[in-house]
Amino acid sequence: MKFGVIVFPGSNCDHDAYHVISKHVGQPVDFIWHRDTDLSSYDAVIIPGGFSYGDYLRAGALARFSPVMNSVKQFAAKGNLVLGICNGFQILCEAGLLPGALIRNRDLHFVCDYVNVRVENTDTPFTHELKAGSVLQMPIAHAEGNFVCDDETFDGLQREGRIIFRYCDRNGELTDAANPNGSRDNIAGICNRERNVLGLMPHPERACEDLLGSSDGREVFRSLAGTLAAAA
Amino acid sequence: MKAKVYVTLKPSVLDPQGKAIKHSVQLLGFDSVSDIRQGKYFEIAMNGSVTEETARDEAMRLAHEVLSNPIIEDFRVEIEK
Repeated sequence: MKFGVIVFPGSNCDHDAYHVISKHVGQPVDFIWHRDTDLSSYDAVIIPGGFSYGDYLRAGALARFSPVMNSVKQFAAKGNLVLGICNGFQILCEAGLLPGALIRNRDLHFVCDYVNVRVENTDTPFTHELKAGSVLQMPIAHAEGNFVCDDETFDGLQREGRIIFRYCDRNGELTDAANPNGSRDNIAGICNRERNVLGLMPHPERACEDLLGSSDGREVFRSLAGTLAAAA
Repeated sequence: MKAKVYVTLKPSVLDPQGKAIKHSVQLLGFDSVSDIRQGKYFEIAMNGSVTEETARDEAMRLAHEVLSNPIIEDFRVEIEK
């Protein structure tokens, strides 16, 4: 199985993602420059965090027009796995691969902190090795992570079990105080209808080593690798 | 010819920046202000040869596809000759 990490001008968690795949997942991984368009040798693609194009216009808005994004759309349409983290989540929403949008945080601040997220759904290639209802500790670092969508979209997400992670307190309770950015219904991560595209604001790739404060993110990558191994 | 594009958050979308500005403005004593919504403004220079109709069509498409995110924003286009 081979992973690709897409690099836009302004991506800054690309090396973290690369490190986790090569060290903890133990699989081959390439950086993919945003002008490249050939994804045929990859089994999963990660769109990393950062500030692609300086977040100009809207976070993720300009990255959507990079040549690689057309390939990502085709890659996803074939059922391949796409994981968007932080800015990657924003790009996936702007590109229409995930519904809704991520707007300025409720209290306007850039929030850089550890948060707790509850695993809401384990029926995805990214979460099947996690326990439903378990609480993961992962860092966030964003100013535009406030997930919004219309009622119809929200009802669809709920009904189809596509809300994958929610911000919660240490005990797994969904409270306002545990919601760092004002996201609708504490949403921290969602997937598409086909369940092969996942976007989340917290950084699992920066929570893979105890030395860094948490290794809870490893389970996401373990699930991802498990899915690919089973398919091989 | 110039196209002016105004992009604003939909009324249903919370505008935390506008809210913060309103709060400061009211502290300054602008008592007549009841609400402020922040938006974006773009000035787009068009080639001199295009008709007003083409300029409007292009600007509308540009506003829809790039300058705004239709999920959260509305836009308005004005053409200045």
